[in-house]
Amino acid sequence: MALPGERFHVLAQLEHLQSKYTGTGHADMNRHEWVVNQHRDTRAFQMSHPGMNTYIAVVENESRARTRFNLINRMIQPCGPPPEKNPLDDV
Amino acid sequence: MSRSGEAYAQELNRKRAANQRAAADEDNDENKGNGNKVAFGEAGNFDTDVYGSVRGESRDRYMDSIGTGEEDDVDEDSMPTVQKKSTNYSQPHKFIEEVAAAAEDTDPFAETRTKTIAERQSKYHERAMRRQISPDRADAFVDQTPDNRNRGYAEVMRDQLYHEEKGRVERELADKAKAGELHVVGGQPEKKKGRWDSGKQEAPESENLGAASATPSQGSAPRKRLGFSALSADAATPRAARWDETPAHSTGAADATPSIDKWSSTPAAQTPRRNRWDETPKEGGLNDGSMTPGWGMETPARGSDDVKIEDTPSASKRRSRWDLTPSQTPNVAAATPLHSGGQTPSFTPSHPSQTPIGAMTPGGATPIGTAAMGMKTPAPHMIPMTPEQMQIYRWEKEIDDRNRPLTDEELESLFPPGYKVLVPPMNYIPLRTPSRKLMATPTPMGGAGAGGFYMPGTPDRDGVGEKGVGGLVDTQPKNAELPPLKPDDMQYFDKLLMDVDESQLTKEEKNEREIMEHLLKIKNGTPPMRKSGLRKITENARKYGAGPLFNQILPLLMSPSLEDQERHLMVKVIDRILYKLDDLVRPYVHKILVVIEPLLIDEDYYARVEGREIISNLAKAAGLATMISTMRPDIDNVDEYVRNTTARAFAVVASALGIPALLPFLKAVCKSKKSWQARHTGIKIVQQMAILMGCAVLPHLKALVEIVENGLDDEQQKVRTITALCLAALAEASAPYGIEAFDSVLKPLWKGIRMHRGKGLAAFLKAIGYLIPLMDAEYASYYTREVMLILIREFASPDEEMKKIVLKVGVRCCVVKQCCATDGVEPSYIRDEVLPSFFKAFWNQRMAMDRRNYRQLVDTTVEIAQKVGCVEMIARIVDDLKDENEQYRKMVMETIENIVALQGATDIDARLEEQLIDGLLYAFQEQTQEDSVMLDGFGTICSSLGRRAKAYIPQICGTILWRLNNKSAKVRQQAADLIARIAPVMHMCEEEKMMGHMGVVLYEYLGEEYPEVLGSILGALKAICNVIGMTKMTPPIKDLLPRLTPILKNRHEKVQENCIDLVGAIADRGSEFVSAREWMRICFELLELLKAHKKSIRRAAINTFGFIAKAIGPHDVLATLLNNLKVQERQLRVCTTVAIAIVSETCAPFTVLPAIMNEYRVPEINVQNGVLKALSFMFEYIGEMAKDYIYAVVPLLIDALMERDQVHRQIAVDAVAHLAIGVYGFGCEDALIHLLNYVWPNMLENSPHLIQRWVFACEGMRVSLGPIKVLQYCLQALWHPARKVREPVWKVFNNLILGSADALIAAYPRVENTPTNQYVRYELDYVL
Repeated sequence: MALPGERFHVLAQLEHLQSKYTGTGHADMNRHEWVVNQHRDTRAFQMSHPGMNTYIAVVENESRARTRFNLINRMIQPCGPPPEKNPLDDV
Repeated sequence: MSRSGEAYAQELNRKRAANQRAAADEDNDENKGNGNKVAFGEAGNFDTDVYGSVRGESRDRYMDSIGTGEEDDVDEDSMPTVQKKSTNYSQPHKFIEEVAAAAEDTDPFAETRTKTIAERQSKYHERAMRRQISPDRADAFVDQTPDNRNRGYAEVMRDQLYHEEKGRVERELADKAKAGELHVVGGQPEKKKGRWDSGKQEAPESENLGAASATPSQGSAPRKRLGFSALSADAATPRAARWDETPAHSTGAADATPSIDKWSSTPAAQTPRRNRWDETPKEGGLNDGSMTPGWGMETPARGSDDVKIEDTPSASKRRSRWDLTPSQTPNVAAATPLHSGGQTPSFTPSHPSQTPIGAMTPGGATPIGTAAMGMKTPAPHMIPMTPEQMQIYRWEKEIDDRNRPLTDEELESLFPPGYKVLVPPMNYIPLRTPSRKLMATPTPMGGAGAGGFYMPGTPDRDGVGEKGVGGLVDTQPKNAELPPLKPDDMQYFDKLLMDVDESQLTKEEKNEREIMEHLLKIKNGTPPMRKSGLRKITENARKYGAGPLFNQILPLLMSPSLEDQERHLMVKVIDRILYKLDDLVRPYVHKILVVIEPLLIDEDYYARVEGREIISNLAKAAGLATMISTMRPDIDNVDEYVRNTTARAFAVVASALGIPALLPFLKAVCKSKKSWQARHTGIKIVQQMAILMGCAVLPHLKALVEIVENGLDDEQQKVRTITALCLAALAEASAPYGIEAFDSVLKPLWKGIRMHRGKGLAAFLKAIGYLIPLMDAEYASYYTREVMLILIREFASPDEEMKKIVLKVGVRCCVVKQCCATDGVEPSYIRDEVLPSFFKAFWNQRMAMDRRNYRQLVDTTVEIAQKVGCVEMIARIVDDLKDENEQYRKMVMETIENIVALQGATDIDARLEEQLIDGLLYAFQEQTQEDSVMLDGFGTICSSLGRRAKAYIPQICGTILWRLNNKSAKVRQQAADLIARIAPVMHMCEEEKMMGHMGVVLYEYLGEEYPEVLGSILGALKAICNVIGMTKMTPPIKDLLPRLTPILKNRHEKVQENCIDLVGAIADRGSEFVSAREWMRICFELLELLKAHKKSIRRAAINTFGFIAKAIGPHDVLATLLNNLKVQERQLRVCTTVAIAIVSETCAPFTVLPAIMNEYRVPEINVQNGVLKALSFMFEYIGEMAKDYIYAVVPLLIDALMERDQVHRQIAVDAVAHLAIGVYGFGCEDALIHLLNYVWPNMLENSPHLIQRWVFACEGMRVSLGPIKVLQYCLQALWHPARKVREPVWKVFNNLILGSADALIAAYPRVENTPTNQYVRYELDYVL
């Protein structure tokens, strides 16, 4: 039974805690960042589960190691360059 | 100039005579030898400081840094050795001290006052205060024209070199002076001269002294410097020109950029000399009281428009306001090294409103307020005072107020009518003391009182209204929402005391003010204020920018009056803003390090952890390159303190950024040819890394050992020692793996053991000792034997130094521990060769006095005992249980306890057994200190003797019974405690009759009036009850319990706790012996206990409700509890709800649920809330049992979730969350979705409590409904145009990511490609 004070404290820090991890987002995120995270998550998922890895290897007709390598490489800028920063965004 | 050189020589001579060696001199290698000699005709003096006095000769034998010996970073171990007070000083001495203390002004609250960090720190820690918060550095990663004022790596290194050389030259000079070789160039005999004379003479000499001569207090300081440089020129240094040019910068120097302004940067590095600077103005102040040296920038010399204060009665003992402030100011500076005049000359009158940059160094901070105000006279509320001064002033002011002449009106109200006012005689001249007049006039700047305690005195008379801090200082900022300032805060927050027109301020000034307000709130405010301050400062961190933020925060952290709490808060602020600022911090990395590094060696464990976290965050934000280039110059700093802290900081960086990243750098540093300091620090970094990261060094072990191994053959003793310590740390961290990595160092270490003596030997032995456990048995055996020879030799070492090291550092114990824990040695060898000398050297009373030795010795002995068997060891020490020294007896007892606990008592023969019990009883009866060592020991030994203790039980019980009758409460308490300990043994020995007797005796003592004793008696009864069972208990339960009911009313916590435990045990196992009516009575008593402060009591009470409900059925108990929901007191209601939940858990929910759901219909908010809360707790406790009740409670919950009242919904949401988690995997999704639809809209609420419950409920839904369902809810709002909607939903989304990222992959929406970006995840389209 945590004291109410502690709970509140936890809430105040929730955002802070979440921001320590990659893949989390915030209210000011843009589409590009969000989708990039999705892409990376997806590829990490596909390469780290042997079944998924094999499946993709069969579809792409590559060896499993190559598929794994490809998937890792696709995590670099998976969606292409980030969009130009609009000066209006900061306002 | 020659004159000041002469003065310098004089001063050195004086110093030599006084033989005062500042601790900071310790790195000065050259001046070995003649420190201790007393000059002819001088009075000899005693060694005041063992370290300081001996160090000059045999520095190598002493540690001059913290923790070179024990690097375990355990809380107790990394503490600097505290000077232990000898306990056996003679009486007269004490009286003398007491009288002496009473004679002076002592603060009676001194003990209760929270100590500032500075007060509790050791000399070594204090060095942190002497470091300069260095100026900003250039950020190499930013593509821009470098700001001229930011120093790059090259400048810093050059500066470093320069300081090093200067230090060298100064040391040389000092040496020469000591040797009497230093001659004054001018050769004139010294003449006592007023400072003004010399100042005037000198002023024309250099055109840049203008500023300096205008500032009397600091005027002398640069002159001294100048003169000194002339001397150093004499000693062949080319730097003289630099010195001359420096004061010219004084006008621009407020920038704190030593790259232009070498002068302002020097004082920080020049630590030991500072004191002289500080002294100067004080002397001046004594010589000519007419001056106001502290207020240097307001110069009597130039200011004809200045207020004349020549008539200050400075000679008078009692301080008036005018002579108080100026003469005190230098004292403040002297007390706080950084506050010396280092910066002050820069605050020339031409800068009426000083810039924030000046505030960066606390040194300059003091005068800013005045300067900023552009005031000529030091306005009262600007005067920085220490709390003591403030106190004194307040006191004086009060005396003056009380003795103020009565006014006419007051007299009229006092006297009966008929008096008249006489005309004063013609020749009467009233007393006109300006100071008194000043005192009597109330200053207009009065305000609310500062903190502290005031006697509510006689009612104020009119006109003496304001009390403030003696009416002198207004501590309330103009913004009334801010907390009041503390006296020490003045220099940092004084701007807040001024009324300013916001619209007049520039953007920077406004920002500065805002930051200041936030910081003040965080520092002094109430928790809500703090919270909002912290939030705002974090939110706006990027807006304010790194510079202005750190320029205000860091000086606060360097403040000498900082307290733990404040430091914690400031560190927290830094931590938060680091995240926000990210790479913007780069130019400020060094500044931050200077302030944070001292935390790494703080005594306080949490401070160390905080420091580590900050530095690791800093490293992540700034990047490796910046960290290295920033910290590189400190690695071969002349100051050992700087090197020590830098090494620790580097270790943290390594742990944050990974060891491999740092390896090339370390390799280079450890091979440095240029300075041994660099090598030393490099090796120390490796050592610290090993300590910090433990087995994480394993993958890099080989590389790390290779990096440090050359240090073993270094020409510097210190480097060899630290290398050995480093290898010990590496071996300890990697145990039991990685011996291969150490192959290359075994031989040098082995040779080193033969070659070294003293401290070096200790380090080498430690290294070998830690390496042995890594070896296989064969090698370990060989090495152990060889090392043992040396160890045994050192046990009996006649060399006091060696012995001291052995005792003090405990290294030897450590080594022995290592060797004995290994397989390599036969017990017989230890028994015959080691033990005799071991006991001779270590088992004595002196070892028991030092807490650390005590621990080490106990551990080592226990360790050896495991090797040679417990009989051998116990036989050796058992007689010491009757030693006269209590502390020693305790150590013996603890050792025996540990040995017996580990190895049992089977080996102990009858004779030893007898001796043991005899010793136990003696030690137990003789104990005077209150602690559990004796009791624990008694209990453990008796229970491991088991049935064999039967023979002694009568004796022990006799002692106990006799002592239960003792007059002294403490003795009775101990006796009762002992019963509780040995009850299990008595049971084992089938002494039930005896226990029954004990029970009756204890029962009779239940009338005990000392609560502590009563608590122990109850505890003993409980123990007896527990072992002999409820049926056989004497007195019978039916008599015992009614006797306990009134004791439940006792307010003492110990009594309450033990009583409720006993009652709970009876309710659990013996409820049938007592009538239901008695139990109901107890129920009512228990309700009161729910109010207890101590959590364990409340918990015990709640559990007892459960037992009682089980015993007599839930209905009556429930009725009582539900009635209790109507009370006003919140805690009572909360506990009642918990009790209801417990009852429903123990008696199955279906017996309770109908009743409480019925109770929900009572139209009273407290009751309804209570019911919901009970439901919430119930679902938490019953877990998956909830699946049977979910459909029953859904309508109620839906109803509650549609309630207007926010708190009501909040509790309902909480209940839903627990419910959802409970029914995971039972196919209740339909009900859960229904509930989620009612929970979801609560996201728009403002209350953080409600939002938190909401997030929690969504988390529960994620578990039970699956993340995809919750994601679908989220997707509707993640990109909502309104931030208010987006924000809470992102919180939930983030939880989804953290909890089940994988599961979301298939569920993300398909985002269409744009011309530049490919957003579709095509892999998901693959179909085979």
